[in-house]
Amino acid sequence: MRLLKGKARRRFLAAAGGWAAAALASSARAQMTRTPLNNMPDVIRKLVGSKTINKGKVKLDLPPLVENGHLVPLAVRVDHPMTETDHVKAIHIFTERNPLPEMITFRLGPRAGRASVATRVRLADTQNVTAIAELSDGSFWSDSAFLIVTLAACLEELPA
Amino acid sequence: MADTRIDVPKSAKRGEIIEIKTLVAHTMENGFRRTHLGAPIPRNIITTFACSYNGVEVFRAELHPSVSANPYIQFTTVATESGTLEFSWSGDNGFSARETVRISVV
Repeated sequence: MRLLKGKARRRFLAAAGGWAAAALASSARAQMTRTPLNNMPDVIRKLVGSKTINKGKVKLDLPPLVENGHLVPLAVRVDHPMTETDHVKAIHIFTERNPLPEMITFRLGPRAGRASVATRVRLADTQNVTAIAELSDGSFWSDSAFLIVTLAACLEELPA
Repeated sequence: MADTRIDVPKSAKRGEIIEIKTLVAHTMENGFRRTHLGAPIPRNIITTFACSYNGVEVFRAELHPSVSANPYIQFTTVATESGTLEFSWSGDNGFSARETVRISVV
């Protein structure tokens, strides 16, 4: 077999890596997850009422693949001015397969300067995570991220 | 008193947006786990975190069992004047922690 050298080899490896990651993501999406869906849609409905949730403004940052569901870095940024009259009031994070849908709520105001927060969360399974930003004008904006979790948090047993 | 780690710049320009990083030692027992013998382990988490700047609240967070052990929270605030930032955590079983950090604004 001819050995690939230099640029050609790098190109081949990059392409192969990208293909493997894509295949992994689609098979994980298709596979049966072990934990049932929680009541996230009801909880979100309760929060937003009859208002519509717009796509955009919000950027939810999560790693696409995590080995350890106990400690997953999560960052959210909302591209919106932070003035006295027009600002992001709150950022709510929801999960669809943890035992409880609520993860954390950040409450901000004009004194935040910008709507940019981060924390670390637990994830019980491969699932979607949703961030919803509540603006001072009463509108809601959201972003979701899908991530694969190989070691689940929340439901494991402790040695007695 | 719980062990806390807080990162706030020592000084900042007036009007500058500063990034604040906080960490507090806490197990955040989520209430869904069981011992090997099947006994449920009761929930024990931090439920609220707040930050006040010279006595005025500028940030708050409501935590749920999905937040990892030793909760890390990062946020921003505008450096308005020299003074103190007060951080407080409270939660189940009467848990409460408080920490203050000085900041000088030029």
